[in-house]
Amino acid sequence: MIDKNNQQNNWLYTDAVKDHFFNPRNVQYNDPKPGEFNGKGTVGSPVCGDMMTLWVKVDKKTKKIKKCTWKTFGCASAIASTSILSEMVKGISIDDAIKITPKDIIHKLGGLPARKVHCSVLGDKALRAAIKDYINNK
Amino acid sequence: MIYLDNAATTPVDKEVVKAMDKYHSKFFGNPSSLYKPGRQAKRAVEDARTTVANLLNCDAQEILFTAGGTESDNLAIFGVVNQFLDKAKDYHCITTNIEHPAVLNSFKRLGKLGFDVTYLKSDQYGLISSKDLLRALRPNTLLVSIMYANNEVGTIQPIAEIGKIIKNYRHVQRVDTISKNPSYPIFHTDACQAAPYLDLNIENLGVDLLTLNGSKIYGPKQIGVLFKKKNIKLQPLFYGGSQEEGLRSGTENVPGIVGFAKALELVDKDKQKENKRLLKLRDYFTMELLKIPNSILNGHPEKRLPNNVNVTFKHIEGESIMLKLDQQEIYVSTGSACHSKSLEPSYVILALGQDAANAHGSMRFTFGKDTTKKDLDKTLKVIKKTVSDLRKISAIQT
Repeated sequence: MIDKNNQQNNWLYTDAVKDHFFNPRNVQYNDPKPGEFNGKGTVGSPVCGDMMTLWVKVDKKTKKIKKCTWKTFGCASAIASTSILSEMVKGISIDDAIKITPKDIIHKLGGLPARKVHCSVLGDKALRAAIKDYINNK
Repeated sequence: MIYLDNAATTPVDKEVVKAMDKYHSKFFGNPSSLYKPGRQAKRAVEDARTTVANLLNCDAQEILFTAGGTESDNLAIFGVVNQFLDKAKDYHCITTNIEHPAVLNSFKRLGKLGFDVTYLKSDQYGLISSKDLLRALRPNTLLVSIMYANNEVGTIQPIAEIGKIIKNYRHVQRVDTISKNPSYPIFHTDACQAAPYLDLNIENLGVDLLTLNGSKIYGPKQIGVLFKKKNIKLQPLFYGGSQEEGLRSGTENVPGIVGFAKALELVDKDKQKENKRLLKLRDYFTMELLKIPNSILNGHPEKRLPNNVNVTFKHIEGESIMLKLDQQEIYVSTGSACHSKSLEPSYVILALGQDAANAHGSMRFTFGKDTTKKDLDKTLKVIKKTVSDLRKISAIQT
């Protein structure tokens, strides 16, 4: 889902992207305390220019995500997409969480410049990796 | 606002605007027309040509006006090689792996056309070795194109030394294998970034072709110059009314040409003073930036333009830094892939031996005549905070 007004050669970010880039939510500033989370996923690489780590705390009874924090190396859209994802997953079940696609994240951001789409939306993959980690650790 | 991207483009000098002004509506004639308004326009063009020639220490007829740096580079390169298209594989051309895209992509095209192309590799500072050039020269080398100063890291190449090597090769090692013409290999340099700061005396440089661009010297955009030594034969890129000795057809951009000459005159007048002033600012700014942990200077510590600082801040990405500075009305450039059309990080930073991760975090600051120490101190303050903030949220552990 690409914003129609945000075509191939347009670098303009939407207000939602700017908001999440300049005021990122749920950042994991310090190393998590033992037991604070029960799932962690890292995707991307510094060489590609985008890399992110995402932590989740899943309620073992309800299977709902109680808490989601992250750290991202990358451009504005990478940072904003992880930030908005951390808000999207709060309180939802892991079954719903693993269904989140880059398209959903981009939609929530009000669109991204076309060439940003493939490289910078890794959040859903990091989230799946974190949930997988939770399931493996169970 | 603090504008630190003068390598991208410079603001047009007020005196330049003033000089150009009357050639828009008052003296609007076509220089090819023989009546008075035409003669007035022609006069303006020829006066500008003489001004530029005097500043370059060459003949007025050796100055060709084009529509910018990219066009001058293309005219230089294809103007030479297009005369040999039918036997492309018999000929060889040399350039470097850190040229501006106007030259680099033209040479990639030469490769596709069948020419044998050598890309000289820069060292870790962005310097091209004269010895490598000497080894690369062959009796069938048509053209050598090496930039005067790099647009990303500001490294200055020893153009005069390279000019001597090529001249010597021409006379000593070569027995007129190309069209019985002793002017090959032809030596071209792109001097767009060098123009405001370095020596442009053609005699000293020993070049055959030299590119200049109005928009890097406080002149207008879409106006450039190609210096072409008298004995060099070029083929035009396009055909028309045979303006500019038939090498650049199309009605002359009279205001642009007048503006270009004025701009070059002004930067030449202030060259020494500005060099001294900017050098001090450059070294101060570099020293302060490198106090930030995990930062690296890209390019040569000394053999670089006085207005260029290029630093990598490790573990963070350039577009993010750029946008945070943008929000504070500080304007800089980055070598990050996220800011390029190709999604590849800066090929120049990679050519210097840095890995892709470090190229993604490279930032270019290029000062101009309006840059003050106060601007730089404000920038330093904002950068330090930005780097620290972004590192706090970075997934790469410091």
